Amino acid sequence: MYAFDIERPTRLTDAVKLLSDATDSQPLGGGQTLIPALKARLAAPERLVCLSAVDEIKGICTADDGALCIGGGTCHADVAAGAGAYPALASLAANIGDPAVRNRGTIGGSLANNDPSSCYPAAVLGSGATVVTTNRKIAADDFFEGMFTTSLEEGEIITEVRFPVPEKANYQKFEQPASRFALVGVFVAKYADGVRVAVTGASEDGVFRWSEAEAALSSDFSAGAVEGLSLSGDGMISDMHGSGDYRAHLVGVLTRRAVAAAG
Amino acid sequence: MPEVKMTVNGKPASGQIEGRTLLVDFLRENLGLTGTHVGCDTSQCGACVVHVEGRAVKACTMFAAEAEGMEVKTIEAMAEPDGTLHPIQAAFQDHHGLQCGFCTPGMVMSAAALLKDNPTPTEAEVRDYLEGNLCRCTGYHNIVKAILAASGQDVSKIAAE
Ligand SMILES: Cc1cc2nc3c(=O)[nH]c(=O)nc-3n(C[C@H](O)[C@H](O)[C@H](O)COP(=O)(O)OP(=O)(O)OC[C@H]3O[C@@H](n4cnc5c(N)ncnc54)[C@H](O)[C@@H]3O)c2cc1C
Ligand code: FES
Ligand code: FES
Repeated sequence: MYAFDIERPTRLTDAVKLLSDATDSQPLGGGQTLIPALKARLAAPERLVCLSAVDEIKGICTADDGALCIGGGTCHADVAAGAGAYPALASLAANIGDPAVRNRGTIGGSLANNDPSSCYPAAVLGSGATVVTTNRKIAADDFFEGMFTTSLEEGEIITEVRFPVPEKANYQKFEQPASRFALVGVFVAKYADGVRVAVTGASEDGVFRWSEAEAALSSDFSAGAVEGLSLSGDGMISDMHGSGDYRAHLVGVLTRRAVAAAG
Repeated sequence: MPEVKMTVNGKPASGQIEGRTLLVDFLRENLGLTGTHVGCDTSQCGACVVHVEGRAVKACTMFAAEAEGMEVKTIEAMAEPDGTLHPIQAAFQDHHGLQCGFCTPGMVMSAAALLKDNPTPTEAEVRDYLEGNLCRCTGYHNIVKAILAASGQDVSKIAAE
């Protein structure tokens, strides 16, 4: 690790200021991704601004319109315990990494990082959630821009994520047993106005919506409705853990399992 | 260099640190508490698990500066001052839950965090909770057995020894 200064503000306004008045400054969420990256010298900021003492971006509540709002600095364990109003989301959080990772890692850090195999992006895109930042509100469909890329700008902090609560939903994660990330993960959510299906771990472009499956499930929400559908292995991640074709096949299998489990 | 202050094992602790000083290095180097081990330094193995504000965290993946003002508990505070082992430690000894012992501090701290939230876990829950704690020696069966025994459950029917 190269040396850097570390700041630990307790107010969001101070965090924003600390991020803007140094040339090379980066927020630190739970550090579960960033600290390993710093150790590997893949990141070398001059200043880290810890968000862990900024209480105003932590916690879970329900908005007037029924949406479940989760503070950007809320750790996975707290979402697992506190998002009972959206069980599929609580269970997704409960299966990220291991207990110690869940006690530190945050939803904001996970989304900002947008690892192509991470779990939260599937829930956010699959729920049509809104990512609230210090500057604006970003619709899930506009937030993810490919592997490790999002529409966040320099110094922009994720303060909250608003999830419309679906009638039914389920997340199926096919675990890569060594890393415990998703080899492929599929999030299916049924809303009054249609079904959303978001896939993580599979595409070289990161999390994506499987629109063909969404259309089929919107008219008939049953595992059978997606039986005949398949995705091409082209553009899917191909590595030592599985080929693109294998991942494409898993997307179909997991989508059917998710629909069956959602009931 | 900035100063950090926290409570470690019930006593005030402070020291000069760099921004990049990891909590595990502060515990081991500044405070001499070498019971917390570094196995991988990449957040995979759990040998470095300690409790921060009562919650299990990997001390190799948290900066010391972030523990400012917090309560930290390490393996050194598990036994009584007179050396009487904590029930989880005693169960590890009784059920051969350790061989080389390198992973043991992290295993014990994770087990303590589990039993605090879930005093009588099932075998599956113990295995699931230990997902982030790796052991190269025991094959895990006796670790799981020790934790179940420490929770007061009958382990006489579990075969592995
Ligand atoms: C052993 C292990 C297993 C894991 N398994 C899984 C898994 O199964 N599924 C999964 O999804 N993830 C997994 N993870 C990743 C974990 O969920 C991380 O916690 C998460 O990806 C990053 O969150 P963080 O809060 O730790 O962010 P950090 O590591 O602190 O930061 C990551 C990035 O986000 C930025 N950032 C942090 N917070 C914010 C914010 N509020 N606003 C804007 N930018 C911000 C940082 O500047 C940095 O660029 C695993 C990690 C480990 C170590
Ligand atoms: S040393 Fe911290 S997880 Fe391995
Ligand atoms: S006893 Fe040797 S690593 Fe677990």
